[in-house]
Amino acid sequence: MKNNPVFRVAAKILFAPIILFGLYVQFHGDFGPGGGFQAGVIIAAAFILHGLVFGLDQGRRLVSARVNLWVMAIGVLIYGGVGVVSLFQGGLFLDYTALTGSVGSGQHIGIILVELGVGVTVTSVMLALFHAFAGFVEDHS
Amino acid sequence: MTSIMIDMFLLGLLVFIAVMILRTGKLFAVIVMSGGYSLTSAAIFVNLDAVDVAFTEAAVGAGISTVLFLAAMSFLPAEEKAASKSDSTFSRTLIASIVCVVAGGLLVFAALDLPAFGNPNAPAHMHVAPRYLEESGALLHIPNVVTTVLASYRGFDTLGETIVVFTAGLGVLMLLAGATRTRRPDAAQSTATSTARGKAKKGAAK
Repeated sequence: MKNNPVFRVAAKILFAPIILFGLYVQFHGDFGPGGGFQAGVIIAAAFILHGLVFGLDQGRRLVSARVNLWVMAIGVLIYGGVGVVSLFQGGLFLDYTALTGSVGSGQHIGIILVELGVGVTVTSVMLALFHAFAGFVEDHS
Repeated sequence: MTSIMIDMFLLGLLVFIAVMILRTGKLFAVIVMSGGYSLTSAAIFVNLDAVDVAFTEAAVGAGISTVLFLAAMSFLPAEEKAASKSDSTFSRTLIASIVCVVAGGLLVFAALDLPAFGNPNAPAHMHVAPRYLEESGALLHIPNVVTTVLASYRGFDTLGETIVVFTAGLGVLMLLAGATRTRRPDAAQSTATSTARGKAKKGAAK
């Protein structure tokens, strides 16, 4: 697919809007359907499209495996970190109201951060799975 | 009425795709049709007003799973192995169909006991659901109940799910990418450095 101009141009045009839509799904989860799991998958789809069209090497140059491994863990740490911060604020674990002291802002901030953690982990895990599967034969031949 | 007709059409489509998946022996066609199966299921979820579930099914089932299966397909031969004639295929088919009919019959029998769709007195709607629906908006100031249940009421569950995704990713990486790492040093670390070294060696030999 690398040398087909239609795929290359289409992938270049689609890459940014897919990520934008993923971010919309990510941060609009409080008000409509969506959330970290779906957004993570959508954002990963943009990177997978890039990898499919421009080749796995280009995809790995864009997001290196080492960085991706860290990002996987960072997502879980964001989620757990919100719980720990709410502990330090005097509330229970994952009690978002304790984050700011008021229900309105606390719940909003807590849920957005938690969903962000989910999204970050899901994105990087999906990308890692794709790179691992697609790259296995290439690396072992 | 239209809703029921749409449901029936989509269910028929599901059965049709399932039969097609069984009939074809080509792995590529099977994977693509499984994506179509997921997309049809997502349409059914939309018709049942479960938009969040439909969204997830469309993104994960029809989107990413298909791509991951296609990527994993490169390990496998493209076509199904032809069944060898020596096996008694008839008795095998007989046993398989008996198991299918019995298991399917049990599922249908169990489904008869389920409350009707949308029944307000169903156990699922009697426990905590009314509290979530009525109070979560005023209590937590978040309009989407699905999100409040997922992230706030059931925050521990979702933390667990995230850790499951993380662990699954780690597991696959250990199985697949770990193998490449042990192989890398003796094969060719990176082409750039190895060629550079080769040139340096040649230069030294001269």
